[in-house]
Amino acid sequence: MKLLSRKATCNSHGQNSSYFLGWLEYENNPYDEVKNPKGIIQMGLAENQLSFDLLESWLAKNPDAAGFKKDGQSIFRELALFQDYHGLPAFKQALVDFMSEIRGNKVTFDPSNLVLTAGATSANETLVFCLAEPGEAFLLPTPYYPGFDRDLKWRTGVEIVPIQCTSSNGFQITETALEEAYQLAQKRNLKVKGVLVTNPSNPLGTTMSHTELNLLVNFISAKNIHLISDEIYSGTVFSSPGFISIMEILKERSFEDTEVWNRVHIVYSLSKDLGLPGFRVGAIYSNDDMVVAAATKMSSFGLVSSQTQYLLSAMLSDKKFTKNYISENQKRLKQRHKKLVSGLEKAGISCLKSNAGLFCWVDMRHLLSSNTFEAEIELWKKIVYDVKLNISPGSSCHCTEPGWFRVCFANMSEETLKLSMQRLKAFVDSTTKTNHQSIENSRRKSLPKWVFRLSFDDRETVHGER
Amino acid sequence: MAIEIEQPSSVELSKVAVSETHGENSPYFAGWKAYDEDPYHESNNPSGVIQMGLAENQVSFDLLEEYSEQHSEAFTWGKGAPGFRENALFQDYHGLQSFREAMASFMEQIRGGRAKFDPDRVVLTAGATAANELLTFILADPGDALLVPTPYYPGFDRDLRWRTGVKIVPIHCDSSNNFQITPQALEAAYKEAEAMNTKVRGVLITNPSNPLGATIQRSVLEEILDFVTRKNIHLVSDEIYSGSAFSSSEFISIAEILESRKYKNSERIHIVYSLSKDLGLPGFRVGTIYSYNDKVVTTARRMSSFTLISSQTQHLLASMLSNKKFTENYIKTNRERLRKRYEMIIKGLKNAGIECLKGNAGLFCWMNLSPLLEEQTREGELVLWDSMLHEVKLNISPGSSCHCSEPGWFRVCFANMSEQTLEIALKRIHDFMQQRERQRKPISSQ
Repeated sequence: MKLLSRKATCNSHGQNSSYFLGWLEYENNPYDEVKNPKGIIQMGLAENQLSFDLLESWLAKNPDAAGFKKDGQSIFRELALFQDYHGLPAFKQALVDFMSEIRGNKVTFDPSNLVLTAGATSANETLVFCLAEPGEAFLLPTPYYPGFDRDLKWRTGVEIVPIQCTSSNGFQITETALEEAYQLAQKRNLKVKGVLVTNPSNPLGTTMSHTELNLLVNFISAKNIHLISDEIYSGTVFSSPGFISIMEILKERSFEDTEVWNRVHIVYSLSKDLGLPGFRVGAIYSNDDMVVAAATKMSSFGLVSSQTQYLLSAMLSDKKFTKNYISENQKRLKQRHKKLVSGLEKAGISCLKSNAGLFCWVDMRHLLSSNTFEAEIELWKKIVYDVKLNISPGSSCHCTEPGWFRVCFANMSEETLKLSMQRLKAFVDSTTKTNHQSIENSRRKSLPKWVFRLSFDDRETVHGER
Repeated sequence: MAIEIEQPSSVELSKVAVSETHGENSPYFAGWKAYDEDPYHESNNPSGVIQMGLAENQVSFDLLEEYSEQHSEAFTWGKGAPGFRENALFQDYHGLQSFREAMASFMEQIRGGRAKFDPDRVVLTAGATAANELLTFILADPGDALLVPTPYYPGFDRDLRWRTGVKIVPIHCDSSNNFQITPQALEAAYKEAEAMNTKVRGVLITNPSNPLGATIQRSVLEEILDFVTRKNIHLVSDEIYSGSAFSSSEFISIAEILESRKYKNSERIHIVYSLSKDLGLPGFRVGTIYSYNDKVVTTARRMSSFTLISSQTQHLLASMLSNKKFTENYIKTNRERLRKRYEMIIKGLKNAGIECLKGNAGLFCWMNLSPLLEEQTREGELVLWDSMLHEVKLNISPGSSCHCSEPGWFRVCFANMSEQTLEIALKRIHDFMQQRERQRKPISSQ
């Protein structure tokens, strides 16, 4: 019976990947300072927990916004009934202003070109539904956010073809890589409808350079395809070279009123910059009226709660608040990033130089037993089960080189981050030591027992302890 | 500065994006546009179009407002916002445990405790619109079909078909037996699909029915259940108007039938619910899928990532719906007020010489204007609809937009306006009918 659709029975939701398995492990044994100090520290979740106090203090000063009041009057009824997929006008205006502010007001956005969706997850899927047929493809630079395998492909039937990026040039996109990806798609008989980039990048934590952005514009122009620029981390850029939005490039090159102008679409969300993933606030911005029209209708399947739209329209219209929030949030991210980088350095681990995001792209190639993905997973399992840190292996992000890991730094307290770095250092030190087994047999007695449980044979014992 | 050379053909959007399957060019939506351009307002625009095409429930807001005044902590996370950050971070697609429990309990209360709901089978989505689409993605492949009894909610054409590529094959119902679903009609629809080489994956019913405004009888539900079991297909029961049945005992949920059958063969049954109609909160986007099939629950949960309910809203409603005193009073009062409204409109229409289908639920009545049609055709119905919209200034929904096989029926909403406005609408109808009568006389006296 109860046959379900192919979509229901396939694995395109991607939830059997290591990315999600790490989460499951964490959920079974989560670190807690008091209740479970030996538990797994979650470093695989790109959340921004650094600036809640700023939001909380705004809420305390503005109780009406959450209380369904406007100028002292209850607007409960109006909000409860408001399901217009064009969105609350005040909210869309506040949101485009916020997006502009993040871009240093170098570009402005028209609220009528903005479509609200329940999170960027919904925005990305909706855009792909609008731009591609089942069986067609989008090119994505690797490494990329594991969730894209579900978001862009699952229900749409669209394929992802990777644009291979490597550490040889800091994982930047090159013209060769773009062309090769396009050829690969053609070889697989896939019609390419567009390129999707995340800028700033997840998992790299870097902003795209002027060169890369121009390359992209040239490429989509020549191939006559779309470009989706997922800019959900745009507010997390904390140091130079600074964030350049794709819209700036188009403006620079006077592409307004050209075909290309209509083929560039931006995705945004408040989940990362404002740390509000639970509120499900995403947006699509497009200069193409037809895309806006189709996406607007599709947003019926994932509208933003009017209650939430109202609260955030009040918050984001408070320009004093947004100005302070943007700069303070960036400062804190910068500090936190520094702490992670120096903690890693102490453990002899380096990472890609980054200036944005809620994570670092960490180089653990030197800790691999061999230059293979099997070795990467082997190392990852040790880190999750033995070192008790949930970090994301590069292979889950489709990285072409084994040994890279995404490590988040903004979803925990400073103390917890410190502890995680201590654990990591201890692990690296012991690995280095056990690699020189002939030396110092006697010193082993002073090392903690768990250091020796590094092989899979002992996995049973580790599980038993949970 | 680069000078862009115009490409001869712009890159295409997907078929889905350019198709008309979203259905927004139908009269159902055209009426809305006319209303938007000339909306009735008691003082500012007393001759404007009265909106009677929107199935909203505005009769019980005072109860919700009263609740909000007495329980401000549900809105503001308490003093100093201690729960704020946890709530803001919560994006688990399992949904807030407390909210799922409150939903399950609310659904039980609506059914007078005659069915039990397990909170772990509740999957949350941003509205029933999302729930119905999601279920379709899970139960059917592109090109497959769902059987849906006519007349049905016009939005289904978009929700069930647009992005899913699934077809709707109608189960024809007519006034000869009050539009009830018959085994013959079910079989005929199934055969029709077979003739088109289309695989039927399930039946989708709305109970209480939109647009009929009537509950489905127990014997009919049993027949439908037997049918889907025989054909080895699914049954989706959209019960979003369950709390709007004027009397609790008259609504029988598919869940009750399943319980009486000790849940045999229940893995093919799925219920859709929402707070948009019963609680009058369409803006908050609260829908749920309740499935008796474990795989469907798991898959639906994962898919709900595309359409999660704002945690802020889950928090508010968890508090409201777990307040048994509030929900019991609300359910009871809401039913009573809807019943009164229904009686008011039926009486008013009767006085105007208009008959309606006997209804017992929902926010609308199913009105029979076929005696007024010049031609007993869809075109004749649309001519009348146009008069109602532009002359009588009432936006009502023509049966053809609901795929009704008999012309002349219209859905008329009664709960989305004040009593005064309803009186005015009834007067306009009355005057219109009188005028029609007067126009007839000269002809018959010739």
